[in-house]
Amino acid sequence: MALMRITSPHAHGPMSTTRVMQNVLLALIPGVIVLTHFFGFGTLVNIIWGCALAVAFETLALLLRGRPPLFYLKDLSAIVTATLLCIALPPYSPWWLIAVGIASAILIAKHFYGGLGYNPFNPAMVGYVVLLISFPLQMTAWSPPRGAGEVPGLIEALQALFVPASFDGITMATPLDILRQNNSLLIKDLWQQTPQFGRWGGMGWEWANIAFLAGGVWLLYQRIFTWHAPVAMLVSLGLMASLFYDGGSSASGGSPLFHWLSGATMLGAFFIVTDPVTSAVSLRGRLIYGALIGVLVYLIRVWGNYPDAVAFAVLIMNFAAPFIDYYTQPTSYGHSSEEGK
Amino acid sequence: MLADYSILLIGAILVNNFVLVQFLGLCPFMGVSNKLETAMGMSMATTFVLTLASACSYLTYTFILQPLGLEYLRTISFILVIAVVVQFTEMVVRKSSPLLYRVLGVYLPLITTNCAVLGVALLNINKSHNFLQSLFYGFGAALGFSLVLVLFAAMRERLTVADVPAPFQGAAIGMVTAGLMSLAFMGFAGLV
Repeated sequence: MALMRITSPHAHGPMSTTRVMQNVLLALIPGVIVLTHFFGFGTLVNIIWGCALAVAFETLALLLRGRPPLFYLKDLSAIVTATLLCIALPPYSPWWLIAVGIASAILIAKHFYGGLGYNPFNPAMVGYVVLLISFPLQMTAWSPPRGAGEVPGLIEALQALFVPASFDGITMATPLDILRQNNSLLIKDLWQQTPQFGRWGGMGWEWANIAFLAGGVWLLYQRIFTWHAPVAMLVSLGLMASLFYDGGSSASGGSPLFHWLSGATMLGAFFIVTDPVTSAVSLRGRLIYGALIGVLVYLIRVWGNYPDAVAFAVLIMNFAAPFIDYYTQPTSYGHSSEEGK
Repeated sequence: MLADYSILLIGAILVNNFVLVQFLGLCPFMGVSNKLETAMGMSMATTFVLTLASACSYLTYTFILQPLGLEYLRTISFILVIAVVVQFTEMVVRKSSPLLYRVLGVYLPLITTNCAVLGVALLNINKSHNFLQSLFYGFGAALGFSLVLVLFAAMRERLTVADVPAPFQGAAIGMVTAGLMSLAFMGFAGLV
């Protein structure tokens, strides 16, 4: 009988990085289906093109660093980054826009810092912010949702990717944009006069957000992340919105329900804010981290210049996360809090 | 009145952050951000000096340079004022509070060469702020500087354990991080 000495740990969780990333991708499916239903095949085409580019850039970076590409590609993190970024991009974006975004996300935000696990900023959000600041025109060109305008088919979606300016003039302001620029109509009248608003949020947007919420709750049930950061973010966003709702006047920032179900709120709350690498680590830290993201999202959405704020808020709080961690270190068992410092 | 001053403060701290938006005071930002504790000492010293210097340079401009018609000498006289304020602060702190001197001492002379201090003094004149506004603007600029310096220092402590590729190690990755932060701070545009 061979007496084998096996060192600890003897038990390990079944969750490898690959499994986590697979689950995240699965949880994104309902949201992508809803987006495709309302906005056409643009999002899907974005995702496929973006994933191909992400694999290419990841391979390039790994080869340059002398690492085995296949081993690192198998963890699917590049695919998740590309998918998240491409969902956030307007459908029917040109190919180069996606290429620039993916290059910034994979090369600058991830591999300059040493790859997965070391990146202090969320790569998908870095890609998004680089694009939003460099190409504001293309980044705000959202096509109208089904019900408010015509939705292009698959062939047109492919054309839009490679033929420049094949679909000018069919873009519409997003509901968040309309609300931000409104200063004459009461909320109730604005809702009646503008076709882009749905029952609670923007038309199409509300269902996409509900689908991402469903995916996020499933991930929570799978224990991919803890509830602290997303709940803190949604609660603080809701609190800010109720504080400044102003009874639905023309200066109102919109109701809490509108903010929860508009733009990238749910995608951000469950898929971006919960990134284990770039968020705060301790549970108390995650509460602070999430809550401040909610506040910043509201501030930038309502009073800032940009159409949506999740990316900016997340990056700013990524920057603050190490500092939050420094002051919210849990004390180790058996020590008092003064001793632990 | 109160709203005006809070707008001035928020503008100087976030929207027109001196380091990440106006790119002033980058030398201490890169140089003193390796450790969180030193960064805190530096930010406290800078806050103190910047507030005092912006008030003193306003007084110098209004009561000495303007009556004599010597406005064109403002840059050089502000440099002198800042150096005097820094030296004076150092002397007072050393005699009155040795403990504070030990915390701030090393950083005080460094502030003389912090271009954010001169920048605030000159911007106060360009924007024709009055005395109280100059004081608040200087204080806001200092708070914004301290905020990003401290956050950046905490982040750099974490970056020291990252597996950064050889060409990007040290200051290079610090610069990349500062650039990404600057992008994020552009999100505040339009708030004020």
